[in-house]
Parts: sequence; structure tokens; C-alpha cells
Amino acid sequence: MSTSARAPGISRGTLILWTRTAVVAGLVLLLELLCRTQVIKPLTMIPPSAMAQEMVRLIAAGEISDDIVQTVSEVGAAFAVSVLAGFALGALAQALPRVRRAIDPLLASWYAVPFFVFYPLLVALFGLNALPLIAIGVVFATPAMMLSTIAGLDRVPGVLRKVARVHRMSPLREVMLVTLPSAAPHLFTGLKLSFAYAFIGVIAGEFILSGGGLGYGIAYAYESFENRKMYALMLLVLLVAIGVNGALHVWETRLARRRART
Amino acid sequence: MGDAPRPAPRTHVKKLGDSLLILALILAIWQGLYAYAGDVAISSPLNTFTFATGLLTHAPFWDHAAATLLAFAYALAISAAAGIALGLLLGLRRFAGDVAEPLLVSLYTIPKVTLYPVMLLVFGLGMSAKVAFGVIHGMIPVILFTLTAVKNIPPVLLRTARALQLRPLETATTVLAPAVMPEIITGLRVGFALTLLGVLIGEMFASQRGLGFLIINGINSHDVRMTTAVAVIVVVFAVFVNGAMLALDRRVHHARA
Repeated sequence: MSTSARAPGISRGTLILWTRTAVVAGLVLLLELLCRTQVIKPLTMIPPSAMAQEMVRLIAAGEISDDIVQTVSEVGAAFAVSVLAGFALGALAQALPRVRRAIDPLLASWYAVPFFVFYPLLVALFGLNALPLIAIGVVFATPAMMLSTIAGLDRVPGVLRKVARVHRMSPLREVMLVTLPSAAPHLFTGLKLSFAYAFIGVIAGEFILSGGGLGYGIAYAYESFENRKMYALMLLVLLVAIGVNGALHVWETRLARRRART
Repeated sequence: MGDAPRPAPRTHVKKLGDSLLILALILAIWQGLYAYAGDVAISSPLNTFTFATGLLTHAPFWDHAAATLLAFAYALAISAAAGIALGLLLGLRRFAGDVAEPLLVSLYTIPKVTLYPVMLLVFGLGMSAKVAFGVIHGMIPVILFTLTAVKNIPPVLLRTARALQLRPLETATTVLAPAVMPEIITGLRVGFALTLLGVLIGEMFASQRGLGFLIINGINSHDVRMTTAVAVIVVVFAVFVNGAMLALDRRVHHARA
């Protein structure tokens, strides 16, 4: 599609992927260099290689296993609840135009509300345990799934519904064979957003006020001037977020390709 | 607007009724939470409103509000200007845009609160850390929305501009800007909310002034009324501005259609 000169045999996609890798590698190297030459003081930031080393050590020594388990289970719970609740509520709102019109302004201004200001209240309500963290993840992630579900169901072509009716499909078969596959791209976007929001909600909650988890670990390490541990944990959180996101992205492209083929 | 169908007065009344219903529902839930958890966790709606009105007529509160608004204004200006500029650049340079977009999306999804210690170590305590924190929250959505808008400009528009031999500046003002404006406004709306969130979180951790500080101070001194009242004031402000920007957003999107 583009007219730019390009080495023969390399597709544009591959070229982009390599460039992206090179850019990231270059930035990491630059950071490493700046830290090693003390342009960035060790008190401010430790070199990326040292972060990675410390991260591997922490994981191998099992020092942060409890924190990892806690954070993963909280994010998992928040993600599962918000995907299921968001899908159910979204489908409900899509089926009932009256309800949908009523909650429309609520959904539109949902993400304008800085929910973290309520987090202390949640702690006071639920106590200092996993519950307020899961709650804030759910509060954060559910509307994204709802909005995506509504958008997806809205865009199921009318002709497909008619085909389902012509074939006298039962409602269940229609949902499984027509509605869901047709709404899949939007539902997938909802999944991705819900994960991101659940992850952000839980980690930020842990960071602000909690007794455990990776977010708490970072805040604690910061307050006790354990720079190495702090940066190692940050790197871990960063890698997990990017890893899960990347995996979902790859899965999505694969699904999209299969759709295009059939 | 042209001949866009004007909503009949009845739908306006209905909409207002819906909003009031939602508001009543929220207040009922709030009152329910209060009944469940009591004064140690949350103050009652009525109590909060009397306290909030007292707060709003109290000079020291406005000092804190001014500190927050100033930091927020700086952060928003930087997010908007840099975000739009980068978005336009990455949108026009297809290749750079394709390289950068997934990176930006992953940056968008990381919990930026955890980067707070880095911001503090780099910028020190105070204003610049707050502003920086607002910017890292708010800038990325502005870049992403602008980038997508520029990428999706129908090629025919640009070809027309070339056929009419418009100069670059003319192309930018008469073709590019109107074509991408609706998406940029959407981006700014999202960026607005996230910048505010960033600045507030910044104040919660490392500041002696501002509304975020009032909230965290209320928590530390078990002043539940203060925490609830300030949180409510912030939320009302955010929802109000968001509503205004949403109205503008819908208007420009309609005008184009």
C-alpha cells in the first residue's frame, strides 16, 4: 500500500516490529548508559540491568511470592467479576432502551470521577483486606466492559438476526452462533480494557493503602529507601502489564485474521 | 448544526427526570452505606453537604483549591499541547505512528501510580512533581486520539487539498484541523479526567497543599467529614466539566455528520 522504498522480502509489518524492538532496546540501553556514567545518580535510579537482576533474585528467593499471589488473585477476582457483571449489565441495558437512556449520562461521566479519592472510604467500609481492593478494581473495570458490550451488540447486523430467524434458531443458538461471534471484536476490546482497569485499580489501591501485594511492596520499599527492591518491583509490574496486554493483542489479531478468512 | 433534529421539549424533561432519578439512587446508596458503616467510615449525605457548604465559604479551603487548580492547569496545558503535537506528528508519519502506537497503548495500561516514587526522586517534592504526575496520566490519551484521527482522515481530503494547491498552513487550518477536531476534543475530555486524577493522586502522596492533601490529611486525622466532603466536591467538579465537554463533543461530532 505504501510507496516508500523497502528492502525486498521484508514485509512492512516485520519492519515495524523490528523498528519497535530497536527503539525500545535503544531507550533501555540509553538509560543503562546514563545510569552507569552517573549522569543519573544511583539515588535517583538504578541501571535497568540491576533492576532486572534484582527482580530475578527476588522472584527466585521467593521473597515476594506472597505479594505476587495476593496481587494476582485480587486482579483475577476483580477482572472476572467485572467481565461477567459488565457483560450481563451491558446486555441488559442494550435490551432495555429505557434503562439504557437513563444510565447513559452515568456511563459517560464514569471515568471522569477520580475514584481513588473514595478508596479510603472503601477501606473504612470493608476493612483493610483484599475486599476494598477488589471492589475498586470492579468499580473501575465494569463500565468499560458494559460500554464495549453495548457497542458490540449494537453493531450486530440486522441481516444476521434475520438469517437466524429464517433458520428458526432457538434463542440460545442465535446467541452462540450469531450474536456473540458478531459482537466479538468489541467484546474483546472490553476484555482488554477491563484487564487494564482492574490491574490499575488493584495496584494503585495497594499502593495507597494496604498491607500487602506488589503495589504495597513498592510503596514500602520507597518509604524505607530500598531503591533496588523498589525498582525491581516496578519493573515486574511493568512487565506483567505489558506481557498480558501483548498476549491479549496477539490473540485478538489471530481471531481477527480467522474472521477475515471465513 | 444544519437540520439536525432538535430534541423535543418532552425528551428534555424526560432526560432531566432520568438524571434526577440517578441522583436520587446515588444518594440512597450513600445513605445506605452510611447506615451500614456509620460515622467512622463515611458521613451522611446531609451532614456532608452542610459541611461542604461551610468549607466552600471558608478561605483556607480556597487556598488548597487554588493550589490544585494551578497544578492542574499547568498539567492540562502541557498534556494538551504536547499530546496534540505528538499525535499530529505520529499520525502524519505513518511508519513512526505504527511503531509507536502499541508502545503508547501499553504505557496507557500500566498503573502509573507505582511510578510515583520515580517522579518524586526526579522532580522533588512540590509543584513540578504534581504537574509531571498529571501529565503522564493525561498526555497519552490525547496522543492516541489525535493519532487515530489523523490516520483515519479520508485520503480524498488530502488529495483535494493538493489538487487545490493549498499551502501547508492552509491545508492544516482548512482541511486537517476541521477533520480531526472532533476526535481531539474527545481526547481532551479523556485527558482532562486523567490529568485531574493524576494531580490529585500526586497531592495525596507528596504535598502539603491542595485538595488531594486535604483528603489524605482527613484520613490521617480521622476527619471523615472532611474526606467525604472534599471527595464529593472534587467529583461534582469533574462530572460537571466532563458534562460540559461531552456536550461540546457531541455537538462537533454532529456538526460533521
